[in-house]
Amino acid sequence: MKVAARSSTRIVFGRWVRSCLVVVLAIGLVPCFGADEKSALDADFQATVDLLKTRSFEEKAEAARAIAALTHPRTLEVLTALLDAELYTERKTDRVVFAKGLDGGGFNIRDAVTGEELGQVGRRGAKKISVNNRLRGLLRGLIASIRLDNEDPDDRIAAAEAIADGADSSMREVLDRRLLVESDPKVIAAIETALVVFDLDATDESIRLRAIRASVSNLDGRVREKLTGISNDPVASEAIQAAARETLESIEETVARYKTIETVFFGLSLGSVLVLAAIGLSITFGVMGVINMAHGELIMLGAYTTYVVQTLLPGGLEYSLLIAVPAAFVVSGLVGIGIERGIFRFLYGRPLETLLASFGVSLVLQQAVRSIFGTLNRPVATPEWMSGSFELLEGLSMTFNRLYILIFAGLIFAALVLVLQRTRLGLEVRAVTQNRAMARAMGIRSARVDALTFGLGAGIAGVAGVALSQLTNVGPNLGQGYIVDSFMVVVFGGVGNLWGTLVAGLSLGVANKFLEPYAGAVVAKVLVLVFIILFIQWRPRGLFPQKGRAAES
Amino acid sequence: MKSITRRVVLVATLLLGPLMWSADTIKVGVLHSLSGTMAISETTLKDTVLMMVERQNAAGGLLGKQLEAVVVDPASDWPLFAEKARELLEKQQVDVVFGCWTSVSRKSVLPVFEELNGLLFYPVQYEGEESSKNVFYTGAAPNQQAIPAVDYLMNDIEVKRWVLAGTDYVYPRTTNKILEAYLKANGVADEDIMINYTPFGHSDWQTIVSDIKKFGSAGKKTAVVSTVNGDANVPFYKELGNQGVSAEDIPVVAFSLGEEELSGFDTGPLVGHLAAWNYFMSVDAEINDEFIDDWLEFIDDDDRVTNDPMEAHYIGFKMWVEAVKKAGTTDSTAVQDAIVGVVVPNLSGGMATMMPNHHITKPVLIGEIQADGQFDIVWETPGTVVGDAWTDHLEGSRDITADWMKPLACGNYNVKTGTCSGQNYE
Repeated sequence: MKVAARSSTRIVFGRWVRSCLVVVLAIGLVPCFGADEKSALDADFQATVDLLKTRSFEEKAEAARAIAALTHPRTLEVLTALLDAELYTERKTDRVVFAKGLDGGGFNIRDAVTGEELGQVGRRGAKKISVNNRLRGLLRGLIASIRLDNEDPDDRIAAAEAIADGADSSMREVLDRRLLVESDPKVIAAIETALVVFDLDATDESIRLRAIRASVSNLDGRVREKLTGISNDPVASEAIQAAARETLESIEETVARYKTIETVFFGLSLGSVLVLAAIGLSITFGVMGVINMAHGELIMLGAYTTYVVQTLLPGGLEYSLLIAVPAAFVVSGLVGIGIERGIFRFLYGRPLETLLASFGVSLVLQQAVRSIFGTLNRPVATPEWMSGSFELLEGLSMTFNRLYILIFAGLIFAALVLVLQRTRLGLEVRAVTQNRAMARAMGIRSARVDALTFGLGAGIAGVAGVALSQLTNVGPNLGQGYIVDSFMVVVFGGVGNLWGTLVAGLSLGVANKFLEPYAGAVVAKVLVLVFIILFIQWRPRGLFPQKGRAAES
Repeated sequence: MKSITRRVVLVATLLLGPLMWSADTIKVGVLHSLSGTMAISETTLKDTVLMMVERQNAAGGLLGKQLEAVVVDPASDWPLFAEKARELLEKQQVDVVFGCWTSVSRKSVLPVFEELNGLLFYPVQYEGEESSKNVFYTGAAPNQQAIPAVDYLMNDIEVKRWVLAGTDYVYPRTTNKILEAYLKANGVADEDIMINYTPFGHSDWQTIVSDIKKFGSAGKKTAVVSTVNGDANVPFYKELGNQGVSAEDIPVVAFSLGEEELSGFDTGPLVGHLAAWNYFMSVDAEINDEFIDDWLEFIDDDDRVTNDPMEAHYIGFKMWVEAVKKAGTTDSTAVQDAIVGVVVPNLSGGMATMMPNHHITKPVLIGEIQADGQFDIVWETPGTVVGDAWTDHLEGSRDITADWMKPLACGNYNVKTGTCSGQNYE
């Protein structure tokens, strides 16, 4: 009753009368019903809910409208359950129930009309009432129109926006009706914005003109469609047509500008994935000179670690990635050290044999994963905070997962540079790279440094796997898709140079994304590859070649 | 001298050993990849055939003999498919083979089956333009999947603009060629069709999804017809979800995305998108419930699902059994003659008939993806549709018909010139 209390007496009275005499969509405002009316309402509700059992989606839509028109306390619950696919029919009794799936198959059911708990039924004990896309759209609109009378003003704003998104002309009167009684200025603003979409079809010239002008900032496709229609409409006056054309042009301009910004972001994000995948390789290949074909599989191990962490922490989806990052680093790092100690250290200085041996290792790792986890891809869930997109401006948004991975790649890179430049290990690594014999003479245990360096590179690969698990499939073949790209980035950037890897990865990503709209995804990739081949002919040592004596040998 | 004799005897035993064995059992070859990229999809089909063999044996076998499954692993390697097919037919002397998934693997084994006169049951939807004497196509031809799906979008959803997105290989290319011709014949303008191909396992969909969004924001109702291959679907749908493209704005109808593929997905962003198949696990039919129960028991894992190619193998296996019973022998030629016209129940409560062009009749179903990885059927053809080997929508293919019954007995008969190309498959 909070809404009523805040409004003026006249409006409260008006509401009260309406909710009793006229059919309104509000719920919870039913003080006027007596016991008989209540049971009559229950019976009505029962009858309309039962209409949902039909197979025809049109009849279901009719039933949903009828349910929304009833002010039963469970109206909203039934419509929401229908939308969320939680409304079932119990097979035995054929009544409509709310069903919650149980872990071992089967459902917990509750009567949709009375709300009474009905216990559990088996997997085949209840049958879902199916909805299609059109019905889903209708349900969203109906729910929004009910929520428009909600007590929480934020809820009302959201409802007004939902109605505007749907642009269903039958919803217009719902907004008009609410505008009469609305007192919250923010909600009024939201409703007025929503009404602009409908006003584009207004008969009154000045209202229509104002609506057209006000649509400049609205990048929704439906608005553009309407404006295109108006600008070519012979019935509309010259002024209106001109205004529509003008607005349309300015919208197109904004869209084109956003498109460029978006492409740069896409490129950087693709580049950041390349950098993540390649940076571990840049250490093992670049610094140690080992051609490690199993690098992709180390990435894959990281992705599977994410899956295992999520499986072990069923309730901890939101922070599972934070645990998975160090876990993947350790798992891949240990496997890397194992490979180095077990195989590669016997093969230093024999690059061809290393290449073949590491290829063998990659097959072994793939098959091992296949034997342990099965051939099917594993589902890795995306936490809430990584889903959806971040709206920078109206019509310009960046997806959260890409944004975080871009930041993440930057952090990993910074951490790695710090390790190599500022720590004892980094110093030793650089010493061994530059002159192994001299480093050993200075008392550095080069074998230990080799193992740790390889472990570091492998661990970073594992961390990249955690990020990739959010973008692509977690399956035994995950690594193969990235091995060629990784080598490409490292060679392009200059072997043994972390900054080169960063610049190479990002620039290849951006180049790829700018080419893609013109050439298509396949040809864009080919062009980038051709470019790299030509570039390597010109500068065999990549963008940032290593200088000094070590590079000559 | 003595040692040579011994060696001859040894070799003879080795060679004849399997032959002697085969006299007692009927051998069923299974040619599905158990390793490599395609293992994801094909392993399940191997298990399906094994289950069918086990059930048939439990029901008393066939012609008084027990069935014996011979499983080989072509390892997702197309030339290896041909070698393994030869091994099955020549060395193992199998009576029938159930196998292949990708079109390229089928094309690779085709000459082997024709040379050695084997029997192959191919269970996956494919691009058509083929009919071999030795192959039985139990999956859908384009007119049993792609065309009805487009009809549904055009008539029921009133789609006006079309994105044809596919992985870059033979099935999507041919299917999209057919669809493009079909759409244009139905009055869709050039600028309302956008065609896009991506490499296998493509994972960076940002630009493409953003382009689709832009293409769809021109106002006309837009839909995506996706022939994107299994793996690449996850990042594709994820990107759609993240960029806020919902199934209500721009529905995506997929031809290669079934229950099995969905079980490796986080299905959240997919809800409401569509798939066109001839069978869904959610089909409400008693025979389907029985099949699911059988399958869950056989595979001993309650989380497993059934899918369309499994149903195709189910139908193919039952048809082969019926044909062998009818012919009274497992001889290839006799079975080829006997199987045309064989009718067996399908899993959606109807019947499947083997047609003279070696394709079968199927109902076409459109399902919407649900949060639990299952499909809700939102539309179905009133009856079954006869598979058309040669599409009517492409120049050149229009005049060609396939009929393996006498007197025509040709898989590539040009009705205009009245000639059979002489080739069995092209």
